[in-house]
Amino acid sequence: MQLIKNGAVVADEWATLSDEDPLPAAGPVIVSLARFKSEQNMLLAREGRLGIRLKSGEEPAQIADYLDRFSLVALEFPAYRNGRAFSYAYLLRERYGFNGELRAVGAVLRDQFNYLMRVGFDTFEVRDGITPEIFKLSVDTFQNGYQPSADGKPAVLSLRQRRLAAKAD
Amino acid sequence: MYRYDEFDQQLVNERVEQFRGQVARRLAGELSEDEFKMSRLMNGVYLQLHSYMLRIAIPYGTLSSRQMRKLADISRKYDKGYGHFTTRQNLQLNWPALKDIPDLLAELASVEMHCIQTSGNCIRNTTSDHHAGACPGEIEDPRVICEVIRQWSTFHPEFSFLPRKFKIAVSATEHDRAAIRVHDIGIQILKNAAGEIGYEVWAGGGLGRTPIIGKKVGDFVPREDLLAFLESVLRVYNMFGRRDNLYKSRIKILVHEVGVDEIRRQVAAEFKEVKARGTLQLPEEEVDRIRKYFASPAFEALSDDVPEIDAAAARDKGFADWLKSNISAHKQPGYTIVNVSLKPVGLTPGDCSADQMDAVADIADKYAFSEIRVAHEQNLCLAHVRRKDLYEVYSALKAAGLGTPNIGLITDQIACPGLDYCNLANARSIVIAQRLSERFQDIELQQKIGRLHLNTSGCINACGHHHVGHIGILGVDKKGVEYYQVTIGGAADETAAVGDIVGPAFTEGEIVDAIDTIVKIYLDLRQGDEIFIETYRRVGVQPFKDKLYAAH
Amino acid sequence: MAQHSRKGAQFQAVTANRLLDGIVVYLTKNNDWSESLQDAEVAEGKEQADALLARGVLFFEPENLVLDVYLFEVEKTDAGIRASSVREIIRQAGPTVRKDLGKQAELDGVHA
Repeated sequence: MQLIKNGAVVADEWATLSDEDPLPAAGPVIVSLARFKSEQNMLLAREGRLGIRLKSGEEPAQIADYLDRFSLVALEFPAYRNGRAFSYAYLLRERYGFNGELRAVGAVLRDQFNYLMRVGFDTFEVRDGITPEIFKLSVDTFQNGYQPSADGKPAVLSLRQRRLAAKAD
Repeated sequence: MYRYDEFDQQLVNERVEQFRGQVARRLAGELSEDEFKMSRLMNGVYLQLHSYMLRIAIPYGTLSSRQMRKLADISRKYDKGYGHFTTRQNLQLNWPALKDIPDLLAELASVEMHCIQTSGNCIRNTTSDHHAGACPGEIEDPRVICEVIRQWSTFHPEFSFLPRKFKIAVSATEHDRAAIRVHDIGIQILKNAAGEIGYEVWAGGGLGRTPIIGKKVGDFVPREDLLAFLESVLRVYNMFGRRDNLYKSRIKILVHEVGVDEIRRQVAAEFKEVKARGTLQLPEEEVDRIRKYFASPAFEALSDDVPEIDAAAARDKGFADWLKSNISAHKQPGYTIVNVSLKPVGLTPGDCSADQMDAVADIADKYAFSEIRVAHEQNLCLAHVRRKDLYEVYSALKAAGLGTPNIGLITDQIACPGLDYCNLANARSIVIAQRLSERFQDIELQQKIGRLHLNTSGCINACGHHHVGHIGILGVDKKGVEYYQVTIGGAADETAAVGDIVGPAFTEGEIVDAIDTIVKIYLDLRQGDEIFIETYRRVGVQPFKDKLYAAH
Repeated sequence: MAQHSRKGAQFQAVTANRLLDGIVVYLTKNNDWSESLQDAEVAEGKEQADALLARGVLFFEPENLVLDVYLFEVEKTDAGIRASSVREIIRQAGPTVRKDLGKQAELDGVHA
């Protein structure tokens, strides 16, 4: 397992804690929603960046009020057929305005990177063998998309309108 | 017809190359079958009993003659020279080799066609009325909004890994020929008192093992907001649809379990947010751009009164029979809609040979503005034919084996591929349809019976739409032996209803007689000009039960 | 894995679809795959059947030559090996429709 962030392999500087792991005094940690709820005051008061990991079924609305306190949100894919977190990602970026790291963890296939980027993920926990080259190839499979998306690229509709405007000039 | 611009074409070309890479990785063993399965299904590739099967998208059932000829070529070159038109207006090839499919897709892309999202847990081909743009009383050509939806739903980043497949259908006339009430989303185009056009949205309809008629979730959505509304429905479904049980994962179960009022509330709340954000607002220029492609062809000023056609009908009984059933009213005087039956006696409903595809393309070029439609009843259609050309069109169709005069009659059956082809089937459906068409082949008898929809499915997944047939047949397996359960009283149109089971299932040897008995009971009970479903609705299931099981 | 056999079946064979083209094939005595059911190795009893299946599954992974490998019940008749279920008869001999082409044309007499 390795981490690809913004297209490059990076070391994971985050410690993902189980609900039983002791809380380290410093350093960035990722906790579950359950742990965040039960230890909220301690976690928010702590030195060091805070990340949260949401399971499928834990909607981002539950953390919307605290999003400015999180530097990272990790969304779990329990199976690659389970696309619920695509909506979670899109909402985090487009509705709740989350600007931190959005990480896809769990069962993700290389043919899904393009879709994942477009809903706003920037970091991917990938299986060994997925090189940055393969990652790029997958992301670049489609140059454009019909839908407005969270990756900042214009949708086909905007491209058509620009072309029309260019013709009119 | 819509034509691709460079953006549409590029996406389809990119998909071909993506799939080429996926197939290469699969054959090289770099991609497991389980992982590949999701990708191949999203490209319409199934593994069936005898081979792979490829489902080619025919968006909203509209084809050019050029595209139809390419389908003929492909079915000769990569398959056994025939294809199967489906209830979702698509075409299935039964025998393509996996290794050839990337090349096949490249050929399709050369005529602006693809297999994108013809399977998988994503938004499927948007279907519509095969009489679109031709029939009287239409609010607007539904294919314009279908094309808008096609683009919006293609490679949707958020909605490509849904809990289950998702089917959308659109109707623009009071009489629903697109079966919108049995779709995940059905859209009825309406016009209000002020003359404005809006979209009534139904959700949660579907067949399968739990047949449910859709519920209204949007009353009059303005055009500019339709995509925002659809996105809202899809988001609620993607977030809250069940993923724990394959058989409970369609949106119909979500709507059923949480209740339509709660779904309406959730969709409305979501819609408020999406609309406020504004990124999905549909610009009128884009609608206009697409609408231009669906402008009516240059009709001539003609009269409906064509004495030579009446004379030909008087002379040729086959033609007269065909005129009775296969012609529908057209909005333009002097023109008609020609429905082409793919249900000849004793053959497979929906099958079409490569030669027949070429013949239809030629006829469309000569008489129908080079345009062909696929009907969800697994037939073809020529939308704009001059009335004065009807005898020539009939003769040409008949010469190609396409002149069967049975549209809407009992032998115009819907049947899924069943156990003859399908990996999921429990029983054969095609042979049952064939035997029934042989039993009822007498055209006078068919005309006497009148409009009757007889649908057969080979398993509970209901691809043969048996629940919404006036008479439905469901094949079941009992310890390796095929049995057939009968329902009556179903309907797929604006009076949509799920049929009632009449009683215990029949054997393969009994089923044709059982249907014959049901038809005889109806003929005995009918009053005046009633059609089967009207008699059924008046008398209910009991008289059928009583006599059917007394006789056996 | 697909379940297309009957508990207590006396004779069974192993079938699959070929990866490249999806065509139905049967595992033979020579540890090869044949398009003809008549070439299939027939296992008698559960123990032989399990061993035959285990051999067949290796051609799915790691060999990557076939997919959907499973056991199905057969009968030994004077005319050769015969599949017991309608489903497997159809897989062996093609659809019971379009008898003008494919295996259903070549294998005359398998379909009733």
